[in-house]
Amino acid sequence: MFENLSEKLQRTFKNLRGQGTITEENIGEALREIRVALLEADVNLNVVKDLIEHIREKAVGQEVLTALSPTEQVVKIVRDELVALLGKDTARFQFASKPPTVILMAGLQGSGKTTTSGKLAAWLQKGGHRPMLVSVDVYRPAAREQLRVVAKSIKANLYEGDTKGEPAGTALVERLAKEARREAIISGCDTLIVDTAGRLHIDEELMGEMESLKKLLTPQEILFIADSMTGQDAVKSADEFHKRLALTGIILTKMDGDARGGAALSIRHVTGQPVKFIGMGEKPDAFEPFHPDRIVSRILGMGDIMTLIEKAEEKLDKKKSEEFARKALSGDGFSLEDFRDQLRQIRKLGSLQSIMKMLPSVGPLAGMQQMADQVDEKQFVRVEAIINSMTAKERNHHEIISGSRRKRIATGSGTTVQEVNQLLRQYAQMRKMFKNVGKGGMLQRRAMGMLGGMRGGR
Amino acid sequence: MIQTLFGSLNEPEKKNIFDRMKDAVSRTRDSLGERIESVIALTREVDESTLEELEMSLLASDLGVTTTGEIIDALRERAKRQQIRDGAELKDLLKEQIKNILDEQQRPVRAVAPPEIIMMVGVNGTGKTTTSGKLAAYYRAQGKSVLMCAADTFRAAAIEQLEVWGQRSGVEIIKTRQGGDPSAALYDALQAAKARSNDVLIVDTAGRLHTKSSLMAELDKMRRTTQRIIPNGPHEVLLVMDATTGQNGLQQARLFTESAGVTGIVLTKLDGTAKGGIAVAIARELNLPVRFVGVGEKIEDLLPFDSKAFVDSLLGA
Repeated sequence: MFENLSEKLQRTFKNLRGQGTITEENIGEALREIRVALLEADVNLNVVKDLIEHIREKAVGQEVLTALSPTEQVVKIVRDELVALLGKDTARFQFASKPPTVILMAGLQGSGKTTTSGKLAAWLQKGGHRPMLVSVDVYRPAAREQLRVVAKSIKANLYEGDTKGEPAGTALVERLAKEARREAIISGCDTLIVDTAGRLHIDEELMGEMESLKKLLTPQEILFIADSMTGQDAVKSADEFHKRLALTGIILTKMDGDARGGAALSIRHVTGQPVKFIGMGEKPDAFEPFHPDRIVSRILGMGDIMTLIEKAEEKLDKKKSEEFARKALSGDGFSLEDFRDQLRQIRKLGSLQSIMKMLPSVGPLAGMQQMADQVDEKQFVRVEAIINSMTAKERNHHEIISGSRRKRIATGSGTTVQEVNQLLRQYAQMRKMFKNVGKGGMLQRRAMGMLGGMRGGR
Repeated sequence: MIQTLFGSLNEPEKKNIFDRMKDAVSRTRDSLGERIESVIALTREVDESTLEELEMSLLASDLGVTTTGEIIDALRERAKRQQIRDGAELKDLLKEQIKNILDEQQRPVRAVAPPEIIMMVGVNGTGKTTTSGKLAAYYRAQGKSVLMCAADTFRAAAIEQLEVWGQRSGVEIIKTRQGGDPSAALYDALQAAKARSNDVLIVDTAGRLHTKSSLMAELDKMRRTTQRIIPNGPHEVLLVMDATTGQNGLQQARLFTESAGVTGIVLTKLDGTAKGGIAVAIARELNLPVRFVGVGEKIEDLLPFDSKAFVDSLLGA
C-alpha cells in the first residue's frame, strides 16, 4: 500500500520528534521527506523547490523564538506555507452589475467541463439564481446532447440552439454563444454558463477560438476546469490557458478519488488565481466551495472534520440524533429500532468510506482513513435487512430473541444465524459502552483525549 | 507487437507509424529532451550534479520518485562500471534502461478463437469512448469484423457518442437505454458477437473512480458475465489512461487490475505536452504493458505502442 501525503509527513515529523532543536542538518532530513511527499502528491517540481526554500528559511529563522517543539513548529510552517500558497480566503464569485453574468468554462478534454457546468448551475439555482446553460462544443460527438441531459436532470434552463447543418467551426460556436446570451436576457436568466469543447493548450486554432469567445461574451468569470489527478503537466496547460484568457478561477474535479491533488497547488501557483470549487462526485450536488485550510488539513492528516460537520448539520435530523443520544446514554439504553434509525441517518452522509476518509489520521482515530478502503458497504445493507426482519417487539426487546427467532430472522433477511448472532452481540456491547459513557465512563475520557490529541498536532 | 505494428502499415499514403508517433510525442521531447541535451552538453564527465539534473528531468515527466530513484541509481552504477565519460553515452544508457523497463512487459499477441473480447475501463474523462471508436476502426482496417457494446449506461449521452463513432467506422453497436444494466447490454452483445461470429467485440464501460468499491464490483460482475458466455474472455482489459495523469495513475492501475484484471494500458492525449511517464512507473511496478497510444481526435489517431519510438521521442533520438 502506498502512503498518502499526510502519512508521509507524519513519519517525517516522528523522525524529528525527540530532537531538542532544529539544526540545518535535521531540518534537511525533514525537508527531503517533505519534498518527496509533495512530488508524490503531484505538486510541480518548481513549486516544490519554492516551497521547500520558504519552509527552510522560516524553520531555521524561527528556531530560538518559539516555545513549540520542533515537530509542531515544522507542521505549523508547512501548513502555513500551503495555506498561503492556496490563498487564505474562500474565493467569491463575480456577478455582473447588469445581468446576465457570463461564465466561460475552459479546460482540456475529459477534465469534466460538462458535468461541472451542470453542477455549477445547480449550485446557482440553490442560491436563488436563474442560470441558463449552453454548450458550444460542436466538435465532440454527442457533447451537446450530454449537456441537454444534464440540464434536464437538474431542471435548469438550456439554450439548445440549432446547428442547421452548419459545419463545426468557430463561426458556429460564436453564433450559438450569441444566440444563447440573447435568449438568457429574453427569458430573464441572470447567469449564462457556457460549456466549451475540451482543447489542448497547444492547439492554436482552438485556443484562438476561446479568445474570440471571450471577446464576444466579455465573461465575468473564466473558469479553468482541471482534473485533480493531473501530474506535472498541470502547470503547462494552466499557464497557457491563463496567458491566452486571463482566467479568474479554477475548479478542481474528481476530488472524491484518492488523488492527492497537488495539481491544486501547482495551478494556483502558476496562474495566481484561486481554486473556487471542487467536484466531489458524479451527482449534481457533489460540488463544494473550496476551503484552502480544510484541504491543507486533509493533506497534513488533520482530516476534514469541518466538511463532515457541515454535512452532518445539513443532512442529519438533529432531533432524532439528540433523542438517540439521550436514550443511549441514559438507563434504558437504545433499542435495535433506534439503532436502525441511526444507521439510516449515517448513510445519508454518504458512503462510510467517504466519512472515514474525513477523519483525522492522527490521534485515537488513526488508521480509520486506511481502513476506509476495506470497508464493506454491503455490511450496512445486511445489518439493516436483519433488523427489518425482526418484529417490532423484537426490535424493542432484544432479550426475547430466542434461537428459533434467530433462525427465522436469518431466513427472512437472507443471512445466516451466525450473522444475526454477531449483530446482537455487537449491539449488546455498544449499548453497554454508551451506558458507561452516560455514567462518565471510559469512552468519554477517551473522547476528551482525542480532542487533546487533535489540538496537540496542530 | 511488431507484427501488429506492421500489420497496420498497408496504406502507403499514410505516414510511417514510427514517424507519426514521433511527431506526436516530439513536443514532449522539446521539453525533456532539450533539458537533457543541455545537461549533457555542459558536462564532460558524469558527476553527481549531472545525475541530479537527469533525476529532475525524469521527475518532471511524471515517472515518480521511486521509479526515477531506481533508474538513476542503476544508471550511476553502470556509469561507474563502464567508465562512462561523456553525456551522449549516458543518455543512450538512460534510454536503454527505460526501453528495457517497457519492453519487459510486452508480450507476443496470442491467437484467440473469435470473438476476441476487449473491455475498455478507466476513470472518468480519459477517453474510453473515443478510444473504443478508434480501436474499432483499427481492427476494421485489418479486415476484421467488429462489434461494439455501449456498456456506459451511466454518463449522459455516452451511448450517442459511441454511436457516432460506430457510424464513422462502420461498426454496429449493441446498446441499452441510459440507466440500464450494463451487464445486460454486455450479455446481449456477447450473444450477438457469438452468433454472428464476429472477430472482435469492443466493450465501452462507464468511467469510474477506482476508489468507488461498488462501481468496481460492477466491473468484476461484467467480467464474470463475459466468462459465462466466452469462457476465456475478456481476452484484453485495457485501462485507458490520460497521459497527463500524475502519480495517482499507479493507484488507478493497481485497483483496476484487482477488480477488472487489466492486461494493458492505452495512453491517450499524447498529442499534448504531457509525457505519459507514469506508464514507465506502471510497467515497472505493476508489470503492465502499454498497448496503444492516442495521439489526436481523428479516427486514425490510435497507434500500437512502440517502445523505441516512445523512448526516442521522450529523450530525443
